[in-house]
Amino acid sequence: MSSRSAFAQLFLARVREFLREPEVVFWVFGFPLILAIGLGIAFRNRPPDRIFVGIVEGAGASPIAATLEADGDFHVEMLAGQEAGRALRLGKVALVVEPAPAGELTQSYRYDPTRPDSILARQKVDDAIQRAAGRSDPVSVSETRISEPGARYIDFLIPGLMGMNIMSGGMWGVGFVLTDMRSRGLLKRLVATPMRRTDFLAAMMASRMVLVFAEMVLLLVFGWLAFGLVVAGSVPTILLFAVLGAFVFTGLGLLAGSRARKIETISGLINLIMLPMFVFSGIFFSSERFPDLLQPFIRLLPLTALNDALRAVILEGASLVTQLPRVGLLLAWGGFSFVLALYRFRWT
Amino acid sequence: MTPAIRCAGLTKIYEGKPPIEAVRGLDLEVRAGECFGLLGPNGAGKTTTVEILEGILAPTGGEVEILGLSWDRDERELRERIGVSLQETKFPDKLSVEEIVTMFSSFHRKGRPPIEVIDEVGLREKRTAWELKLSGGQRQRLAVACALVGDPDLLFLDEPTTGLDPQSRRSLWEVIRRLRSRGRTIVLTTHYMDEAEKLCDRVAVIDHGKVIALGTPSGLISSLQGEHVVEFAFNGGTGSLPGADGADAEPSIEAGGGPWPPAVAGAIGEPEVAADLLDLPSVISGRNEGGFIHLTVHEPHVAIPALLERLESKGRTLSALATRHASLEDVFVALTGRHLRDE
Repeated sequence: MSSRSAFAQLFLARVREFLREPEVVFWVFGFPLILAIGLGIAFRNRPPDRIFVGIVEGAGASPIAATLEADGDFHVEMLAGQEAGRALRLGKVALVVEPAPAGELTQSYRYDPTRPDSILARQKVDDAIQRAAGRSDPVSVSETRISEPGARYIDFLIPGLMGMNIMSGGMWGVGFVLTDMRSRGLLKRLVATPMRRTDFLAAMMASRMVLVFAEMVLLLVFGWLAFGLVVAGSVPTILLFAVLGAFVFTGLGLLAGSRARKIETISGLINLIMLPMFVFSGIFFSSERFPDLLQPFIRLLPLTALNDALRAVILEGASLVTQLPRVGLLLAWGGFSFVLALYRFRWT
Repeated sequence: MTPAIRCAGLTKIYEGKPPIEAVRGLDLEVRAGECFGLLGPNGAGKTTTVEILEGILAPTGGEVEILGLSWDRDERELRERIGVSLQETKFPDKLSVEEIVTMFSSFHRKGRPPIEVIDEVGLREKRTAWELKLSGGQRQRLAVACALVGDPDLLFLDEPTTGLDPQSRRSLWEVIRRLRSRGRTIVLTTHYMDEAEKLCDRVAVIDHGKVIALGTPSGLISSLQGEHVVEFAFNGGTGSLPGADGADAEPSIEAGGGPWPPAVAGAIGEPEVAADLLDLPSVISGRNEGGFIHLTVHEPHVAIPALLERLESKGRTLSALATRHASLEDVFVALTGRHLRDE
């Protein structure tokens, strides 16, 4: 490939224009990392939460407090009668323990049975107090506590961000750029030259592919360095899916940008196409959370297939063969978009 | 010799409600080696015509032959042999002059060295500057450089100087003159008459999608039968000169014939033109415009004394008087009754 070739020149022009737009570089490379950092910190795996328990002040309160504090799972607060009610309502404590009044044996628990943390607190507090009072359990148990990499939120998030990046990169990087060139009269000027149109489109695609590779590697390396992300599957398979995803979304970008003449039109169109996938395709949370009724539709979306495949390969070490149905779906989306886009394409 | 451009019965209708007939049966022949001007007001159909000739738009009807070839059969070869500068192309703003010209040169089988073309349009000092940093005139010269880089036999320049300041226009004229002196065929559209007069060997005046006059600039001007224009205004007295009648009549420019165009409404005391000025010696035609009376005359030295005598006899005094050579603008006004820059 000589640097004098039209393909090389068109490719260079795209890459130069990209690198000379600091905002674009930020949105493509910086933004996903910031999202990963922010969400990774917000949803980091902490030691199991301590249970917040309020104890109404008065006689009998301090032995209970001593019992619970000795356990280590509880955070105990001594509260005056009225304050205790408010702390419970505001969710500051999950449970309020009222010591038995002088001369009586029955202590009482106040809690909201619709709050899972309250129910849990009721059980654990009661266990601790009963055991301290001498209850012995007939069956003895031992516990194993686990924390496996691959099951954390950040592990779930990184493949989702990769999919999101491939989608928005393709849509904006092709659909928007083409419309911008059309609105500048630049496409018209280019077709007035002997330039081969295939060179133009190939350069557009190739510049996206190079950027997609850079983005994917950056996210994976970042996930590994910052959060200890472990890639269970093969890296070539991951990159193959990145290329497939780039194929689908540059195709959709080409389709969206095939006729639009105004920046406003294309921005709206791109957002319209991406919105359902942002919501349904499992970027930030699993698409399984949507009702069964919606699942067939959700599974047809290209980003769902891409995200699911990336997660399967990265987190579970799935082989390419097991992902063939998803490969097929992506190829179908990409092929359909390209053919329709080239058929509808308007240069002027 | 094969003409550079030949087109016959060209029509273009843009579909829509209502459909717009942009070109309505246009015939043209541009000779190899000439600088040919397409002249006309905005919306006359110049750009549509040029874009059909450039193979960007398909005509609705008619025949087009460029360099003896046709767009249907020989598109690839034609693209190699023509150079195009479109109206209002915005090049990528964060690429440098040299990067843009190099990219355009890569599209051609035998392009010229980019730097040579950049030199030719006088952008050497700006070759590393981003497009963003160029002035309007430099941008137009960049567009011309991109058109030249394929070493074309035929060059189309669509409104190359529109919106430029006088100095930038003159420097672009220099570029075009140099190209012409090297024997390239150039087709230039413009709505500036002076530009066409200065640059073009021949011009076609286009209005409402048709050629309404064709010839050399000097030939067209002399076809007015009066190559000078006397412009004057007078004051004193009220109302019209004796003999002013037919105030509602159609504008006419023929001497000895119909009535005058009515006075321009508006300012108080504005002079009205009287038909009897046309019988003055050497006067061919006249019109009343913007407070001035414009007379087209053969010989100013004969017409002016007679005019002064006539005004004196009516008790009027001159408040302004000027003479100038007739221009293509006067040709256009004579042909259509409108000015080129009227919207």
